[in-house]
Amino acid sequence: MADPMKIRAQMKGDTADIRVLMSHAMETGQRKDNAGNTVPAHYIQSITIDVGGKRVIQGQTGTSVSRNPVFGFRVKGAKAGDKVVIHWEDNKGDKRTDETTVAG
Amino acid sequence: MKQRPSMLAAAAALTAAFAVQAQQPPKKAPPPAKAAAPAKSAISEEFEKFREVLEEDNPAELFEARGEDIWKNKKGPDGASMAQCDLGLGAGVVKGAYVRMPRWFADVGKVMDAERRVVHCMVKYLGYKEEDIRKQPFSNVNKTPDHVSVITYVAGQSRNMKIAVPQKHPQERATYEIGKEIFAYRAGPYDFACATCHGNDDMRIRTQDLPNLRKPDQAIRAYQGWPGYRMTGGFMLTQQWRMNDCFRQQRFPEPTYLSDTITALLTYMTVTANGQLYKGPGIKR
Amino acid sequence: MDALRRTLLKGAGATGAIAAAMAAGVLTPSRVLAADYNRAAFEAKDMAGALKNIGAAGAADNSGIVIKAPDIAENGAVVPVDVASNIANTVSLAVLVDKNPLPLSSAFDFANGALPEMSLRLKMGQTSLVEVVAKTADGKYYRAKKEVKVTVGGCGG
Repeated sequence: MADPMKIRAQMKGDTADIRVLMSHAMETGQRKDNAGNTVPAHYIQSITIDVGGKRVIQGQTGTSVSRNPVFGFRVKGAKAGDKVVIHWEDNKGDKRTDETTVAG
Repeated sequence: MKQRPSMLAAAAALTAAFAVQAQQPPKKAPPPAKAAAPAKSAISEEFEKFREVLEEDNPAELFEARGEDIWKNKKGPDGASMAQCDLGLGAGVVKGAYVRMPRWFADVGKVMDAERRVVHCMVKYLGYKEEDIRKQPFSNVNKTPDHVSVITYVAGQSRNMKIAVPQKHPQERATYEIGKEIFAYRAGPYDFACATCHGNDDMRIRTQDLPNLRKPDQAIRAYQGWPGYRMTGGFMLTQQWRMNDCFRQQRFPEPTYLSDTITALLTYMTVTANGQLYKGPGIKR
Repeated sequence: MDALRRTLLKGAGATGAIAAAMAAGVLTPSRVLAADYNRAAFEAKDMAGALKNIGAAGAADNSGIVIKAPDIAENGAVVPVDVASNIANTVSLAVLVDKNPLPLSSAFDFANGALPEMSLRLKMGQTSLVEVVAKTADGKYYRAKKEVKVTVGGCGG
């Protein structure tokens, strides 16, 4: 199973700063291994973020995103203590959901 | 991705940028030595600025988390765990241990650097086989080995602490002296020593400024950022890897993994950097 | 959920029924996500194809889109980029790398207080334009670009 994400969510004024690190190879499908075989594409395709029970971010990604992706977003109107749930899913059906709460 | 031609193109573009800058007549005639400086530092500054952005959210944290999981939860064949591992501050104490190695370990009668000690413990308590670890001591694009993650965790537990490598035991002092000698020892087809690149101020390879590792305020630069998350390939590399790579670059034979030679060099470099602040696992190009 | 339905992301597989079911909380997110993936856009091999498949072929240049990225990246494997839209009622942002084999890197929808901005890290095979497309709630598209030079690497640091 995929490694857990590292999520940071911190209030700055009336806005929550959300940063997430994801452990993923993000293989492009264009790289060759030492034996000369093409390494199959393996990459995160979909990401959702819910804050305080509401879907705030919904996105899709391709192979031009760096390995072990890092994303940052800001959500206005969130409150300290709100639950942040982040979910990703890749092209092979692997998936991962992690959560944290917004720090004050 | 087709890397080679693009790199050349980028290098050509950079060269062109330098050329343009060099042709502009300076308003006040500066001394010749400083005329070339702005182009170099502008690029260095650009790298520095975005290096900070990258360090703010460093994927090294993912490996720290993996290492922490192994340290806290993994059990050896006879139920032992890393809670029994003494990194020099007592069994199971991780906080602050990284910045206090290399040091003398009475149980093995040796001076060990952090990486060597962690591997020692993983073999002793968790049942890892040393020959397996030696098969792939360093990370590559396919795998970051468990011991590298554990070292990253241990290093992270010394984040924002000052380097305080002991020199009390006679063997600790002797190891420092051996390291000092190796640092200056010229050999190989290029008649090179570590000191050739890292023994003087204001040395540079391409866009990279090279630290003078004989000076405390610069010696920290060889220590800072290791273990480092390598952008190319996206995996963790340790100080042992970096030291081996220096040997490769000097066209020396590469030391075997966890050799006395590297422990001695690390002791010399780290003692020189004593008192400087370690910022934790970093990010490397 | 209304804002999220006006999306850059809808692939051929997405239907109104799925969006409605998702809004009603009937479907698990994963089922919706898999069905919704805009394969045509993400597998497009050039900018024109990628833009067309996110519906942004006619996007007009707009300086209200701010792209913060290095002029020269230290390493093309990890290029940190911040993008933000100051265009009123921006609901989606997409980030593309002109010269990459598959230019579209990502597309995100923002709703329920999420500001139309994000930071991410891109792979860049060579010196290229980074382009950002913003979509507003009334279905209009805007774009902006910034060049990032990708340099040769050095020794291990």
